[in-house]
Amino acid sequence: MRVFWTLLKREVSSAFLTPMAWVLLFFLLLLTGFNFYAGVSSLNHGPTEVTVVESFFNTVFFWFSFLLLFPLLTMRLFSEEYRTGTIELLMTAPVRDSQVVFAKFSGALVLYSALWLPTGLYFLIFWWQTHLQAAGAMGAYLGTYGLLFLMGMFYLSLGCLCSSLTRHQISAAVMTFCLVALFFFTGLLTFLSGQVGTLMKGIAVTFSPIDQMTQFSRGLYDTRAVVWYLVMTALCLFLTFQSLQARRWRG
Amino acid sequence: MITVQGLTKSYGTADAIRDLSFSVDQGEVVGFLGPNGAGKSTTMKILSGYLPADSGEVRIAGFDIFSDSLKARSRIGYLPENVPLYPEMRVGEYLAYRASLKGVRSRRIREKVEDAVQLCGLRNVQKQLVGTLSKGYRQRVGLADALVNEPDILILDEPTIGLDPNQIREVRALIKGLASRHTILLSSHILSEVEATCSRILIINKGRIVATGTPTELRQRTSVPLSRTIRLEILTESSSAALRELNSLPYISKATTLTESEGWVTYEISPRGEDPRLLLYEEAVRRGWKLRELSTREVPLEEIFSSFVPASPDQSATELQSLGNQPGAMS
Repeated sequence: MRVFWTLLKREVSSAFLTPMAWVLLFFLLLLTGFNFYAGVSSLNHGPTEVTVVESFFNTVFFWFSFLLLFPLLTMRLFSEEYRTGTIELLMTAPVRDSQVVFAKFSGALVLYSALWLPTGLYFLIFWWQTHLQAAGAMGAYLGTYGLLFLMGMFYLSLGCLCSSLTRHQISAAVMTFCLVALFFFTGLLTFLSGQVGTLMKGIAVTFSPIDQMTQFSRGLYDTRAVVWYLVMTALCLFLTFQSLQARRWRG
Repeated sequence: MITVQGLTKSYGTADAIRDLSFSVDQGEVVGFLGPNGAGKSTTMKILSGYLPADSGEVRIAGFDIFSDSLKARSRIGYLPENVPLYPEMRVGEYLAYRASLKGVRSRRIREKVEDAVQLCGLRNVQKQLVGTLSKGYRQRVGLADALVNEPDILILDEPTIGLDPNQIREVRALIKGLASRHTILLSSHILSEVEATCSRILIINKGRIVATGTPTELRQRTSVPLSRTIRLEILTESSSAALRELNSLPYISKATTLTESEGWVTYEISPRGEDPRLLLYEEAVRRGWKLRELSTREVPLEEIFSSFVPASPDQSATELQSLGNQPGAMS
């Protein structure tokens, strides 16, 4: 456990010691800030059915920055260590491979959470200025940020897997982006063809992040989504572990 | 401390090492010597637990490096070739991180890092970013990392490669200083280095051990014809007469003229049996030769090395030659 904390501390601090985390934080807040402004100003156009939280987490600005985060957050995790050779130091220290995988994943998750945390300030500011709740109930906040965290877990673990496969950060980033996009846009496939059955449609809607977000940001939790993300994260981390072990054998 | 039995490892179809067996006892400093590509690094990567072997067994302080890997690894300090480090960390920070990773207790980390910093002469760069260090300091940080948890065994892959002569001398002195507390296995393709630091030498070529022993033993075992030659420089009226007389002496198998200038003649003499220098001195006195030099020349390790490792086409003669001319050879 102590080894895990040591590894985690290094992962997180190295992100903040390099400009990477700060650059990401700056541009993410710039985009989401604009997004928040647009959401609030839309209230001026008349009565609306959706709350500020719902509209904030369902715009192109939000989803676009969300999708772009994953390749950027995960591409260096293993690839960088392979390229500089520090992986050799890491894997000859008395540390289990599983600890390395879990610490790197957790480090990325901490960073990811730290990037989204400041967005909570928007809703605080909204409340402070208007004395109105930005969401219908506390459950909506919990649902929104909970889903954000769950989706983050899955997509970050996909990124971990891609990074563990190559020593080139750019290759890892491209692979991650493609895989994340694949899972993300399956929900949209239903729009492409009118002939898909209701079962397929049901599956697509259940696992479409956009539909999930619509549900969760109203405070409606779907356990199928929760289980899906947890299981897929575990699977990706297991595959990452396997890939790291295979790398030893290849030499 | 280290026992290696029948170790074999291949990359694809190319064998890196074949059926390697050797052992290193506690307190020994063993040099792993071989031309580039002989399998030194592969062996060290297997010993340090980074690569699994195809077959064979490695025991580190009694623990199998494969099945009991964590216990074995915690007893090793490993310095990989080219010393990979995290450039964004500060030296002190990095060493503390490594100490913690290697299981040093939290309240002892500061003290251990201090010791390693002191030992490796890193005091004045302790707060510097690793990425800004010179090659020599990087090497020392790597060494400090290897010994920060005071492991029983140090495995150092080419510890002085890429350093300037002064740095080489410093790192060698450092390694010698460590020898009293650690068992050390170091690899090198530089003979003078191994001779300067090691008590025993393993010569490896094309993945096999071709010779092992102390530098003296290797000299005795070599197929280089004479292990010792004598130089004699005298002032004489007739160099050819002196040469004839030398060749007629019973304890000399062969004498040849090396140089001749202003009456001073230098002969190279191959003795028969024991060291004949005293007899030669008496002979010179008897014949009235004025004597300026009478010395023996040890066969350099370079020649011994080439006798064990024939130069292959891909390993050019110039490289072997340069082995002897490495800076710091006199230290």
